Amino acid sequence: MSSATAPATDSPVTYIQHHLTNLGTGEGFWTWHLDTLFFGGLLATLIMLVSWKIGRSLDAEKPTGMQNLLEAILEFVDSQVKSIFHGRDRLVGPLGLTIFVWVFLMNAMDLIPVDLLPKLAEMVGIPYLKAVPTTDLGTTFALALSVFGLIIIYNIRSKGVIGYIKMFLFHPFGKWLIPVNIVMTTIEEVAKPVSLGLRLFGNMFAGELIFLLIALLPWWVQWPLGGGWAIFHILVITLQAFIFMLLTIVYLSMASQADH
Amino acid sequence: MNVTATLFGQMLTFFVLVWFVWKFLWDPMTQMMEDRKKRIADGLAAAERGKHEQELAEKRAAEVIHEAKEKAAGIIAQAQKRGSEIVEEAKETARTEGERIKASAESDIEQEVNRAKESLRGKVVSLSVAGASKVLAREIDEKSQEDLLKDLVAQI
Repeated sequence: MSSATAPATDSPVTYIQHHLTNLGTGEGFWTWHLDTLFFGGLLATLIMLVSWKIGRSLDAEKPTGMQNLLEAILEFVDSQVKSIFHGRDRLVGPLGLTIFVWVFLMNAMDLIPVDLLPKLAEMVGIPYLKAVPTTDLGTTFALALSVFGLIIIYNIRSKGVIGYIKMFLFHPFGKWLIPVNIVMTTIEEVAKPVSLGLRLFGNMFAGELIFLLIALLPWWVQWPLGGGWAIFHILVITLQAFIFMLLTIVYLSMASQADH
Repeated sequence: MNVTATLFGQMLTFFVLVWFVWKFLWDPMTQMMEDRKKRIADGLAAAERGKHEQELAEKRAAEVIHEAKEKAAGIIAQAQKRGSEIVEEAKETARTEGERIKASAESDIEQEVNRAKESLRGKVVSLSVAGASKVLAREIDEKSQEDLLKDLVAQI
């Protein structure tokens, strides 16, 4: 968030472009963003390690530290699922928990000073590094499309294939406006993953950009501005993780209602 | 700024992560929390039951004490009654015994008195006879005075 280097202010455009470039291999669509994959995988591994360690030695009598934290998050997610999602489904809870924690941690990478990781990477010869996986559309749409796939599966499971097709044909205007219905419902359905993916991406990208702009300012204004924005950003990253989780539950709840 | 194949990599990570969290955190933890909830509920119910039982026991104890007190009071009353009865009996016995003793003593005394009277009478007769015979010397015929003497003796 701070500690701009002297040459950064010389060519702000280059500086920002450099910071917004992923470390990638491949061409066109088949570009693999190694930094996104690395940090996403690293945080996922961290979650798995902690989950495994805590889940293996649960203490019902005297829960301590991390177990308390995870219990609190789990209960929070579970209460959301119970209030929104009617009917029993075993996947929604763990799905919501995973989205919340993983997205939160990926967002939280934004709070690491913007220049720290790229500089360290440069020292060991890595030219580009974008440390926040959720500022990459690849990550946000990976989540959004996974949820979209689940929405389709849940729809078919609750309504059957015929019922799902009928939903496109007769919703929302009845059987006399079938072409309009198809367009409307398709837009409605497609808007779900697109809005999920773009909302998270947009918020995190904008946050990152503001950190970069702050980093271009003279060093003595970076402290109050960077600090203030970082504090505000704690709210943003939590809120975005929560919204993504909540909308996932809401969409899946809607998809699993038998009559639409 | 484009959607790239990174998508598939992140999707794979996401699926693995969801599966892992589900199997190794969500399931055991919800199970544990469910068990704990049940145990707490059981514990509270047991405590409630214990309290109820204690109340019952206290009530019963109070009843027992009350009963015992009543019984004790009854026993004491009976004992007092019995005591007074015994005292009465003893008094009665003592009185009759006393009366009996008194009566026998009285009859003894009477007998003694009678005997003394008898002997005194005899002695008085013989003395009077001897006195009279001495005073009157020979003139008095024992036989002719006998009626007089008998009168005298009867009067004594």
